This record gives sequence, C-alpha cells and structure tokens, in this order.
Amino acid sequence: MSRPLDADSAPPEPAMNRVAQAGLTCPVPAGEADRVQLGHGSGGKLSAALLRERFLPRFGNDVLELLGDAAVIPAPGADLAVSTDSFVVNPLEFPGGNIGHLAVHGTVNDLAMMGAEPQYLAAGFILEEGLSFEVLDRVLDAMSEAAREAGVLVVTGDTKVVERGKADGMFINTTGIGRLDPEFRPDPTRASTGDAVIVSGPIGSHGVAIMAAREDLGFEAELSSDTACLAPLVSALREACGPGVRCLRDPTRGGMASALNEIAASSAVGIRLEEDALPIPGPVRAACEMLGLDPLYVANEGILVAIVSKDRAEEAVQALRSHPVGRSAARIGTVTGERPGLVLLRTGLGASRVVDMLPGDQLPRIC
Amino acid sequence: MKYLSEYRDPALARSLVDRILATASRPRVIMEVCGGQTHTIVRQGLQELLRDAVDMIHGPGCPVCVTPLEQIDRALFLASRSDVIFTSFGDMLRVPGSELDLLQVRAGGGEVRVVYSPLDALEIARANPDREVVFFAVGFETTAPANAMAVWRARELGVTNFSVLVSHVTVPPAIEAILDAPDNRVEAFLAAGHVCTVMGWKEYEPLVERYSVPIVVTGFEPVDILEGIYMAVQQLEDGRSEVENQYVRSVRRAGNEPAQELVAKVFRLVDRAWRGIGEIPASGLGLRPEFEAYDAEKKFELSGIRTSEPSECMAGDVLRGRIKPFECPAFGETCTPERPLGAPMVSSEGACAAYYNYARFQGEPAGETA
Repeated sequence: MSRPLDADSAPPEPAMNRVAQAGLTCPVPAGEADRVQLGHGSGGKLSAALLRERFLPRFGNDVLELLGDAAVIPAPGADLAVSTDSFVVNPLEFPGGNIGHLAVHGTVNDLAMMGAEPQYLAAGFILEEGLSFEVLDRVLDAMSEAAREAGVLVVTGDTKVVERGKADGMFINTTGIGRLDPEFRPDPTRASTGDAVIVSGPIGSHGVAIMAAREDLGFEAELSSDTACLAPLVSALREACGPGVRCLRDPTRGGMASALNEIAASSAVGIRLEEDALPIPGPVRAACEMLGLDPLYVANEGILVAIVSKDRAEEAVQALRSHPVGRSAARIGTVTGERPGLVLLRTGLGASRVVDMLPGDQLPRIC
Repeated sequence: MKYLSEYRDPALARSLVDRILATASRPRVIMEVCGGQTHTIVRQGLQELLRDAVDMIHGPGCPVCVTPLEQIDRALFLASRSDVIFTSFGDMLRVPGSELDLLQVRAGGGEVRVVYSPLDALEIARANPDREVVFFAVGFETTAPANAMAVWRARELGVTNFSVLVSHVTVPPAIEAILDAPDNRVEAFLAAGHVCTVMGWKEYEPLVERYSVPIVVTGFEPVDILEGIYMAVQQLEDGRSEVENQYVRSVRRAGNEPAQELVAKVFRLVDRAWRGIGEIPASGLGLRPEFEAYDAEKKFELSGIRTSEPSECMAGDVLRGRIKPFECPAFGETCTPERPLGAPMVSSEGACAAYYNYARFQGEPAGETA
C-alpha cells in the first residue's frame, strides 16, 4: 500500500487518536436525551459525538479511523478512494440546482478532496409514493448531466419505493470510487505553520438559497446554490502546486467553520482567518443578518478550502481563478503555531474571536 | 444592507477606541442591556480593543437568557402534548429546561416549529384548525408589538386554536433592580436601541435623575456601540448623568406611539420572574383579562408546573455584573455550551458562552494578537 508521505516513518496514528491526544475534542455528553435529534445531523459537535460514541466503537478499523472525506483502499496499480453520501434536501428543487446535482457533486467532491480522480458512481434511490415523474425526470437529468461533466459513470443502482409520508419526495445515496495519485495526497493532518488558507469561491450560497426557498422569505431571486463539481479545481491545484497542496476540504454541512476546525484539530495547528478577506456575497450577508445566522456555519456545495504551503499560495489562487467555478478564489487566512486546535478570526476592527464548531444545528437568533 | 457600512468602518471605529482610551481616567464599568449589542461586542472583539479602559458587563438583555426555567418547563410540557403545535423563535429551542430542551422534545415526537414572526404562528393555526397552536412569546419591548398584533389578529379573525405562552419582560425595571443591588458596580448603561425605537426614552429619565447614572440609547453596529460607550465615558468623566441618544437614525424620545398603544391594548404590566435573578415587581407584560382566551397558561392550566432554579448556577450574579462568568465554580466544569446549567451559557450572546470562547482564546500565552 503506497503511503508516499509517510514512506520513511511509522504508519500514521488514526486521526481520532491524534485529536484526542491534543486535548482538542470536546466530549459532548450523550445528554439526557435517549434518541436521535436533528442536531446529530448538523455536522457539528453532536454529529462528531454520534460517530465517536456509537459508530466507531462498532466498526473501527485502520481504514475507517482515518475519517477522511473518503476511505483509502489498497489496490494493485493505484490505491482507490471510496466515499458514500446520502442526500436529503427539502425542497428537492431550488435556485441553482436540484437534489440530483447534489447527489453527484457531493460524492465526487469528497473523492476529489482526497486528491482522487472520480471514476464510478453507485446510486440508491428511496422514492416516496406520489412523487411526480416530472420531478423525478428532472432530478435524473440533472444527475446524468452532472455525472457526464464530472467524467464519472453511474455503474450500478437501486430503487425502493416507500409509502406516502415516509420520505421527503425522494432520498438519494451515492457511493463513488476514484483512483488515487500516489504523488498527490492532500490530508487534513498535513497543515503546518505558515501555510495559506485559500477558499475557491463565495461562502454560504447553498445553505442560504435552500433556507430562502424553504421559508419563502421573498428574496430568493438573488440567491442560488453554488452546487458544482470541484474535480477540475483540484486538477488545477495539483498542476500548479503539486504536493504544496497540504489539505483539501469541501465545507458542506457545518460550513467553513466546521471544515477549518477539523483541519486545525487533525493537524494540531491554529488557523487565523481575516474577516475582511472572506468572500461573502452581499445577498448571503443580508439574508444571514435578517435570519440571525453566521455565514461561516452555512453549508456550501461548490467551494473547497485548500491549505497550501506559503511559497505556493499565489500560484494556487491563480490556478483556481483560471477555472469558472474558482473565479473568485481568495486567500482568507494563515495556519499558525499558536493555540493548536483553535480557529481565530481577526475582525475588521482588528480584534480576534474564536470560530468554534457548533454544538448542533445553527438556530436563528431572536435579536 | 449598504447603508450600514459606515457603521462598520474600521477607521471610524479605531478613532472612537482611541478617544475612549484617552478619555477614561480610570477603568469604567458599563453594562449593555441588549443581547444584540452583546452579540456585536463578542463577534467584533470590542472588549479586546477597549483593554482596561472599559469593562463591559453583559446585562440581562438576552430574552433567551432571562426566560425563567419555569416558563421553559411549561413550554416543554405544551410541546410534548400530541394536540399541540408549539412555535417559537429559533434560539429558544436549545434552552435547557429542568430535564430536556425543545429540540429533545421534538426528537421525542413533539411538534415544534421555528417561526420568524408570531404572525406565522397564527397562520399555522389557521391552516391546522384541528390542532392547538401555541407561540412562545418571549422578549423585551421590541418583540411585544408583533406579539400583541398576533393576539389582536387572532381575535379579529375569530381563531380559537391559537394561544401564546407569555414571558415578556421590560428593560427599565431590570436596570432599577441592578442599581438597587447593594454591591452594584455598574456606572453607566447602554440602553437598547430597538427597545427604544418602540418605547422611546422618556421612561429612562426618572432613572437617570434618581440614581445619577448615565444612560445612552445605543444602536447595534460596532461604530454605534463604540460611540455609545464614548458618550457614556464622557458623561462619567464630566460628572454628568443624562439620557443621551446615540441611535438618532432610529429612535425618537416618544418612541413609536401606535406600537405602544397596541401593546397597551393587549398587554398589562405584571410581576415577572427573571431567570437567575428572581421576581421583579411590574417588570413584565401579561395578557389583559379580555384576552384570557389566548393565554396558554390559562387554556392549558399550567399553574401546576412550578420549578425552582438550580442552586449551582450563578446566572443571576453574572447577569447583574456581580461576578465574571469564570468566577462561577460551575463555569467550564459542569456548565459548558454543550451541557449548559443556566441560560447565559446557551445563547452565543449569553454572557457565559461569550466568556467561554473568549477565555479559551485568552487562556494561552499571548502571541501576535495580544
């Protein structure tokens, strides 16, 4: 099994161990609740606790415990990356895309974040009795188009139908397989002091567009999901910076804050963001202010955050900008040696605050 | 939101900070009364910029923080009834009751919905005539007009399956309670701009006179807050105590009179318990007797649900500025944002949660940021 980054050293410890040793995990109590809450699906601390307390103890193995966006499986020739993701979104169609786009992009992007070249997809569909064929066709058209663009083949699938009321129109699960490049293995444990934090596009568009469509807030026109395939951006980064690309994450649920906290914890480094550098579109900012939400915690489906060595930072930004999906790429911060595990944001006024992971779902504020 | 940019201008903010640092002859203790202001102070790191010149105390102005445990337990009881759709502003959902919170009740099968306006809750009631819809009417004078409007509309429309669980509080009695405490440290107040947009500032004039304490009506953007602090520090240094208005773009002395009239038609002053502080006479709003049919406490006979606050939580001392959150023995030990004992640890603008994050950042040896 090829591990070029650790060729001369002992195999790396499972990421969870490193995190625990750094004293950075917050042991979320199971709580008084004896059942699953929506917050367990938020990508925040509750999700992490669910994984740590119930899933890892039962399924733990060396491959799983690395907890990357995709698993790395040894194979003759080149190792394979495997990733699975389920898609449950309401409404099924929203400005900028539909659940079909998400189902392809989400899994393909998880593979791409490992540095893998996405190749094959398996897709499972749970359809609700009464779903119109018109909607289903549009979702399947979107999947087919997204798969073609991403250069992946849907090679197997499954359909099940459940009674009316038992699913939100439809749920989709996709599993993707990609080929890994032994020379290009970004990894959330590889951030080190001085590296640049780079984001490939505007923050917060997807989550805010979904919320606006769901709540019928009246300013949907200005907001649309950013759902996009990120594999071409990763290729551009690989060509421009090679192994100078240390970590890649797509900040989906839990948003930028959760993705960066995970990197900070996994690499035992600090991360400093510059508030003024964050590319947050005006309509997203306005909607977040109105709803009392923080864009840093809002889900994205078409941006990546890259940790890139200092000497390659400028090339990385230029490489991203050369592609339409990455045209507003920007450097937003720096990896530091201070306060390992913490993400700090320097505000526009020059003060600092902690950007923590959320305990559960982000809740709109009263005042 | 373009019109706000001048109130976030870093150069203007820094010049105000410099003036505050140059004006304060000794550390001044100022309380902001509104959770929205606390939110800005914490998010923008204003305390860090003010260094030791001003000690900002986060007062009891976050409705999430001051709603008493007993009302939360009543909300949980209602939310778990199968005939009820319980509606609330989002951030009340994680506030811990005696045993559970609304999110956990929802996971257990209770129907709990987040709404952005009480009028949305009324619409839910009209769309679900076979269910009882209850709205959790919390907050200060700011949210009172919309809540009054929902009740008023419900009566107009003849909607009978709508009611409100009221836990409204008002600002002036809270300021008075803080000033009356024998060990009070607060020298000046920033009054909440939104509250004053509705109520004006007439009701602060007797307080200023009686207690010789400066009160500055202040907005919510960083420049607003720094200007409000600067005005308060100037008053303290000059030995003045007046009501001043920083938030001139929104607040008039008389306030919004039609809104006040509507509130007065639906609500009356009642004694109200504040979480962590206890009962303050005539400090809250309750429904007038003629709107009793919309009072969830009466409709569902909730008076049997009586809860006392956990003795370990010192939220009252924190909200009154008597202790800093980290001086509470439970802080960061048995009380964390993941498992809060008291409400100030729940909301991101709660004083304890704010310190929890800030202190973690401050706890390490200072680097380039200090």
